[in-house]
Formats: sequence, C-alpha cells, structure tokens
Amino acid sequence: MFMKSRSRCSGSFLKTPVIACLVLFLTASLSARAELLIRITEGAGSAIPIAVVPFAESGSMPAGDKVGSIVQADLTMSGEFRPLEPSKMLSLPSERSEVYFRDWRMLGQRYVLVGQLTRNGDRIQARYELFDVNQEKRILGETAAVPASNLRSLGHHISDRVYEAITGAPGVFSTKLAYITVSGEGEQTRYRLQVSDVDGKRSKVRLESREPILSPAWSPDGKKLAYVSFETGKPVIFVHELATGERQKVADFPGLNSAPAWSADGRSLLMTLSRDGNAEIYRMDLASRNLTRLTDHWAIDTEAAWDHADRGIYFTSDRSGGPQLYHMERPGAEPRRITFGSRYNARPRPSPTGDYVYYVHQRDSAFHIARTNLETGEETVITRTGSDESPSVAPNGRLLIYATRQNGEGVLTVVSADGGAAYSLPASEGEVREPAWGPVTR
Amino acid sequence: MKMSFSTKAFAMLLSAGLVAGCSSTGENMEEGAYGSDVAAIDQDGGSTVYGGADGSGVSASELTDDERRAAQEQAEQEALRDITTFYFDFDTSEIKPDARDVLVAHARYLADNPRQQVRLEGHADERGTKEYNLALGERRANAVQRFLIVNGASRGQIETVSYGEEKPAVRGSTESAWAQNRRVELVFQ
Repeated sequence: MFMKSRSRCSGSFLKTPVIACLVLFLTASLSARAELLIRITEGAGSAIPIAVVPFAESGSMPAGDKVGSIVQADLTMSGEFRPLEPSKMLSLPSERSEVYFRDWRMLGQRYVLVGQLTRNGDRIQARYELFDVNQEKRILGETAAVPASNLRSLGHHISDRVYEAITGAPGVFSTKLAYITVSGEGEQTRYRLQVSDVDGKRSKVRLESREPILSPAWSPDGKKLAYVSFETGKPVIFVHELATGERQKVADFPGLNSAPAWSADGRSLLMTLSRDGNAEIYRMDLASRNLTRLTDHWAIDTEAAWDHADRGIYFTSDRSGGPQLYHMERPGAEPRRITFGSRYNARPRPSPTGDYVYYVHQRDSAFHIARTNLETGEETVITRTGSDESPSVAPNGRLLIYATRQNGEGVLTVVSADGGAAYSLPASEGEVREPAWGPVTR
Repeated sequence: MKMSFSTKAFAMLLSAGLVAGCSSTGENMEEGAYGSDVAAIDQDGGSTVYGGADGSGVSASELTDDERRAAQEQAEQEALRDITTFYFDFDTSEIKPDARDVLVAHARYLADNPRQQVRLEGHADERGTKEYNLALGERRANAVQRFLIVNGASRGQIETVSYGEEKPAVRGSTESAWAQNRRVELVFQ
C-alpha cells in the first residue's frame, strides 16, 4: 500500500547534488507492515504507584486507544511508574471535587491523574489534573488540544507533563525513534528506514532500499535524519528532510563515508571518511560542505559524537591495538583514552548531562552496553543480553535504547539508564536494528 | 578471457617463478618484506623467461618438456584462481599465510590482463559495532589491494568497497558462521 512519494525524481534533479530515487522507493508514508510491537519485560521494584483514571468524555471520540490507556502505557513503559489497573479503582473522578484522597491512600497510590475530554469540532480538548495523594494537593492542572485524528499525541503530551511534574526530568513520550528494519533474504532483502513513536506505534517508512541503510542520526530540531545508504553500491552519507522527503547526498568521497553525527546547532556533521587513506574523523560544515579533519592516525578512527558541552568529541579508535574510546577535549587536542576495562569498547554515546558515556563493551565472548562515569572512571555493564549494539540515549538521559537479539531475532530494547527496568520492541516481521532516539521538540 | 599460447606460457612461467620465490621467502615474513621480495623477482625474472618461451614450439605437434611443465603450471595457477574469498581472524586485517599463493596468482593474472578489473569487497562478522566493522572491512580490502599491487596488479584495476557486517556470507551466530563472514571477496568484472 504505497502512498504517493513526495520526493521529486525528475531528470534535471539528478544533475544537482540533491539526489534521490535510483534503486530505491522513497515513501512519505507506508503501511504498518513492519510495525514494532511492545513487550514489557521487566519493571523496576521501586516504581511509583500512580492511578491514571480513565478520562471522562463529552462528544464523540475517535475509535482506538483511549487517552487514559495511552498515558498508563507510557508511564509503565518508563519503568519508573506502576499504574493501578482501572478495575481496582473505587471511583472514577474526573475533577478535583470528585477525588477522595482517603480512598486512593487506601489503594496505596501516591499520585492520581484525572481528566476530561471535550469534542470541539475537529479538535479534542483535554483538561487534566494531577494530585499528590499524601499531601492532598494538586501539582499539575492544564488544558491541551489536538486534532481529533491525533489522540496519541495528546496522550504522550500528558504523559510528558505528568512525568516531569513528578520526577523533575522532562518526559520523552512525545519523542520519536528512527531505526532500520530488514526483511526478506537474498534478492528479496529490503532495508527500511522507519520513524515511530517511542512505543513503536505510528511507524512510517521513510526510505526503502535493496541495499543496506545504516547509522540514522537525528538533527537537533528533529526535522532531518542523516544516515549511510549503500544504494549506489558503496557507503554514502545522505541528509533526509522528513517533512518533504527531500534528500541530499552530503558525503560521497572515495572509500568510506560513514558514522554521521550532528552538532548541537545542526549546522555541521561529524563523519568518518577514508578519502585520505584510512578511516579518520572529519567535521563537515553543511552549508559550505567544507571539511575539517579532526584525527590523523594510521589506526581506525570512527563513531564520533560531540560531548555534552558540544566542545570536544568522543570516538572509537584501535590505535592501542583494539577498539577503545577516546575523548578529544577540543578539535585538534591530543585524544585521551577513557576505557581500559576490556579489549573491545566502541561507539561512544555521551549522556546529555555529561556524567556518563555509554558504549558497546565486550566481556568474555559477549557484547553488552556499558557506561563509564566520567567523573570517577568507574565502568558498569548495564545490559544482561549478549549481542548488544547501537546504544542511543534518550534526550532526558534517563532511558537508553539499544539493539539486541531475542530468540534469534533482532529487537530493540529500552532500559533505564542504570539498566533497571526494560521493555523491548520486536519487529512484527524481519529484523530491527540501529535505533536512534530523537530529540525533544516543542 | 582468451590468450595466445605464448602469452599464457609467459604468464605461467612468470607465476612459476613467483611461486618458487614465495616458498623460499617463508611464511612468517612481514607482508611488506614479502611483497618487495616478490616484486624484485618480477623485475629481473620476467623478460628472461619470456625470451625462452617465445617463438619456438608454438606450431609443433609435440610439446617440449618445458611446455608440458608450463601447461601444468598454467593449470595449477588457474586452479588457484578459483579461490576468490580470503578469510581473516577476529578484528584483524592480516592476510593469512595460506592465502598468499592464491593472491599472487590473482595478482599475476591482473598484471597479464591490464584491462581486467576487480572489485575487492571487505566484510566483517556481526560482532562489535557496525561502523567500526565498516572500517575493519575496508582495512581488510585495502590489505588485499596492497598485496595485489605489490605483486604486479596496478592500482587502476582495483576498486575496494566495505560492507562491514551488512552482507554476511552465512547467517547465524556461531563461531563457524563468523569465521566465514570475516572475509574479502574478489569480484572480477
């Protein structure tokens, strides 16, 4: 069920550096064929009890999941909350005057969320209030409105507000994931770059190709993805505007063009190129396409990411004999090695607050996600699965998504940043890999 | 690929000289040292051998001993060239000693057929990170490229590409699958 591609594929188009449409089918939107399913595997013991009361409704509501159940699922998914089943509720209040704190205390709840939805033409408005049960106090009271077709966005928005009111950290339920799915074998193999909600719902195929697609990376405004595509027979870096489907080929040098990573201002990309002989890290100014070389070593240097201060970079280098993480304090500075715990540590991803760096770590024969505390240098392995790859930190620093294998199939798993609670997102068909957690956009 | 007999003879005698050269240099030499040794044999061995094989017995019905030996060696070289995939140890790009004779045969073939193009496709197993593996696949392809050039192929004949861990030869997460996936494939075009 292909919808009309919104990218232009005319002849003159190919003469410009803006490229598209050779061996692949661009799709602005596609069926849910490779939808991710959600499977909660583990909840943290310390999860906070909260009652998300089903919202009262006036006027006709669209079919599908209710706002209350979306919020409940989001909070459960975070691993930090343990929502009460609606069937155990003694009453279903929708505003403050109907909330009897004693009842909720008796049910062991610390917070209660109530609300009402009103249909207003094409839009649906929500009024919602969050109460602290012990203090008998309202800690959040707001209204929000969305087009009727967009109830999931409303649910995720409310989850974000509740999460922030209670934990103090911004919620990430309205953010997006980008990932690659692979299905079919041999000639039938198809690689798809997809974007979905963080619960795997509302997935859309953004690019489909017979050749591998790798390393999706979100621009800081969430409007573009950079990635590596083999559609021309070799790795080439593209920047893809999500709203229009327009793509630009930004790096197509001889040899490798890989591992794109955006700067915080969205104006430049770090990338790995081997145009000067072997894999080195460069910074490309996107407006001028000017390149600045940042590393110069006979070893492999790759997988660069800006540090949280956006001044220096983390990267992988095998200059010590095997892949290890390095930090370059500012471009041109002497890199400092930061991992020593095992013979294989690669693909650094710093937390947004700068306290940790996450990476792929080999221990015995298995690959896990580990993190190093940048202050103390202490290393902790945070995943228990064994073929773990591609860590990507949520923009609030509290969750991490990575790719792993379960029962022989590739799945994405989300864990809390310390490795506690988890949920996984298996593909309904084929494999899913290379998750990239999108930014918070307002 | 069609060749005249004399060209073939030239090629096979040349390779025979090279193979002899290799076995005498030993297997545990550094790649670079090994390569330059072979290149030296190439330079002074080539024209002499050619002079011997040229002209005489092409139209004769009986093969001389030299020609019979040459034909046999030719067959051996062709058999060697049936092998087009070369394997590597985990996280290394070192060409294994047992791959060298075969790669020398390919290099000679390329030297003798300057219009022949080859694409070297470097691969890694699934373990470790995708982007590092992309660089590792490239390093493997580059190692093979250097070896072929040192042994007579020219740079313009060779194109390299790395697929990293994206195109495994064998599916599965076993030692045996990994070993078969850490490879460089020569694709003649």
